Amino acid sequence: MAKVTIPIGPQHPALKEPECFIVTLDGERISHLDMRLGYNHRGIEKACEARTYVQDVYLIERVCGICSHSHSTCFVQAVEEIAGLQIPPRATYIRTLIAELERVHSHLLWLGVAGHEIGFDTLLMYTWRDREAVMDIFAALTGNRVNYGMNTLGGVRRDFTKEQLAEVLKVIDICEERTKYYIEVCTQEPTVINRLSGIGHLSHDDAMRLGTVGPTGRASAVDKDVRRDDPYLAYKDLSFKVILDNHNDVFGRAVVRVLELMESYKLIREIIAKMPDGPVTVKAPRKIPAGEAFSRYEAPRGEDSHYIRANGTDKPERVRVRAPTMANLQSVAKMLEDNNLADVPIAIAAIDPCFSCTDRMIGIRTGKGTGNSIRWDDLRNYGVKWYRKQGIDFTDLNRKLAKKQE
Amino acid sequence: MSALIAIFVFPGFLFLSFLGTVVEFIDRKLYARMQNRIGPPWFQPVADLLKLVAKEDLVPEEANPTMFKLMPVIAMTAVLTAFLHIPLWNSTPLIALDGSVVVIVYLLTIPTLTFFLGGWHSTSLYSMIGAVRTLTQLFAYEVPLLLSILAPALLAHTWSISEMSEFYSRNPLYALTNSIGFLVSMIALQGKLERIPFDMPEAETEIVGGTFTEYSGRLLAMFRLAIDMETVVGASLIAAVFLPFGLHFGPVAGFVLYLVKILGILLLLALLRTVTARLRIEQMVIFCWKYLAPAALVQILLSLTLNWIIK
Repeated sequence: MAKVTIPIGPQHPALKEPECFIVTLDGERISHLDMRLGYNHRGIEKACEARTYVQDVYLIERVCGICSHSHSTCFVQAVEEIAGLQIPPRATYIRTLIAELERVHSHLLWLGVAGHEIGFDTLLMYTWRDREAVMDIFAALTGNRVNYGMNTLGGVRRDFTKEQLAEVLKVIDICEERTKYYIEVCTQEPTVINRLSGIGHLSHDDAMRLGTVGPTGRASAVDKDVRRDDPYLAYKDLSFKVILDNHNDVFGRAVVRVLELMESYKLIREIIAKMPDGPVTVKAPRKIPAGEAFSRYEAPRGEDSHYIRANGTDKPERVRVRAPTMANLQSVAKMLEDNNLADVPIAIAAIDPCFSCTDRMIGIRTGKGTGNSIRWDDLRNYGVKWYRKQGIDFTDLNRKLAKKQE
Repeated sequence: MSALIAIFVFPGFLFLSFLGTVVEFIDRKLYARMQNRIGPPWFQPVADLLKLVAKEDLVPEEANPTMFKLMPVIAMTAVLTAFLHIPLWNSTPLIALDGSVVVIVYLLTIPTLTFFLGGWHSTSLYSMIGAVRTLTQLFAYEVPLLLSILAPALLAHTWSISEMSEFYSRNPLYALTNSIGFLVSMIALQGKLERIPFDMPEAETEIVGGTFTEYSGRLLAMFRLAIDMETVVGASLIAAVFLPFGLHFGPVAGFVLYLVKILGILLLLALLRTVTARLRIEQMVIFCWKYLAPAALVQILLSLTLNWIIK
């Protein structure tokens, strides 16, 4: 068979979100991989500038459907830093509790997705069943299964009772037992090992050079974890291990994630045991004084960072979100060099991608200071011309549409 | 007239398609229960087929329409013909040939070839890669399958499946010596049916629908039905060759026993599908040639030795 180029995405069963990987194949071997981003740009950063800080908390929470708490916490941390707000200790502990629970459900979700990508649907069904328990506890604690809406400027919006926390412990016990079983499955089941080990190799040097973060980097022995390196929330007072692995492949990434689950269970127990009493919120000003802040947060997928510039009004002047997938995505092309087509889905899934969180648009201005802004009509004409050059003409179609509307 | 009834109604087309849908339901239900799911209701496979039949047939513009439309029919016909050669509840099949074992294995290869040709002629990239994988896989499992069925035939000194069943029901203990061959043929059958861990030709996370990506409507329904039938035929073949017990209990008890055997085989196939992940294509070829084929050869050696001892 000659070289063929097949598109994986923007619509493909292996990808849950639109993103395009153009794979050039030599038989079953990959000879080249090309990535196209930007199918899911939502203009969230710009939308944030048009809303007040309190509204932004809810908007930012919707950057990601899975690590929603990560983004909103990262955002409020930055705003609180600018405003000089000191949030009560109970609020930090509650935020930390939700953060770790989120890590649990995110990693369980990843394990299921990984199982599905290698055709091991039994693992998917099992892990997602257990993930349901965590989702239910979220519903009981915060009222929502996803996008919990817990954060507000100056604290959290709900307090938990002792009974609720006892319920969390029960769920954690169940999950811990099941996770032990999954560790066995991932490290002992021969077909799983066959499909995971040696795939998507990323050496330590490459991982450092490409700036990978989170479990993807830690599986290549990149010793980075914001929770330890730059403690935020209550992580200063808590003890936990940063899981490292030197398999450098998808197997290592799976091991890091399942072991991180065990650490998260320990952390959750410690958080609940140490949870201080007191108020959960302080009053935050409506207008945030001028200033800027950069905030880091260890999301389940890696380091998430937000930059905010305030100008003294009730709306931010600039919000910049960098989701962890952005840092990891470049490494995929490196990982897939000389792999099989069959390994594309699992190698992509192994960075735990979250494409819609990632897409940003940056306009580059020329050195002379002239903007390259473009008017809507010009943009439309440009598009029509571009498609005509490709041999696609929408003129007839447009005419028909116009007629129909009449 | 009776021949027509035999071919189209019982034990031919209608009976086989009915059994095929039942088997698909049981397989899906077992798979679901083992995965801690509820699973589909009993009529789901029939409902799926009816839905597909009601849909429009789309033939890709680039595809070769004759080959594209012909392949599902040939697949179904070949499977049905193979079924008529297999004894079910006694030792006499509908068509008794002297070399029926070879004929059955030959006829069971045809559906795989039609998957290849159908995928190849639909000219979609995904189907073509799926088609190439189908063919690669064929070379991996076909030899172990044939070898594992060869061993019992050697022991029985016959190529006729009905005489084989006669021989083993007279000497049931001999059937137990074929247990390695039984396991080998089960795994090879899993490959032939393109089920996990050998479902690379239609691995949805890699190549969408694989061979069947471009198929829709009635043509897809025919392919689906052919695969269901192939499951029944494959299980019946294994039951006839490796589990030839209780063939003289009369039609009713024999029929019930036949169903029990098929269900037992199906349970094993579903279990294998539950506990494994999909292999890569080269891993499967290596597995088949490194472990499966030698195991089948060991079985043949065992049969030859036994033959020598008995003499």
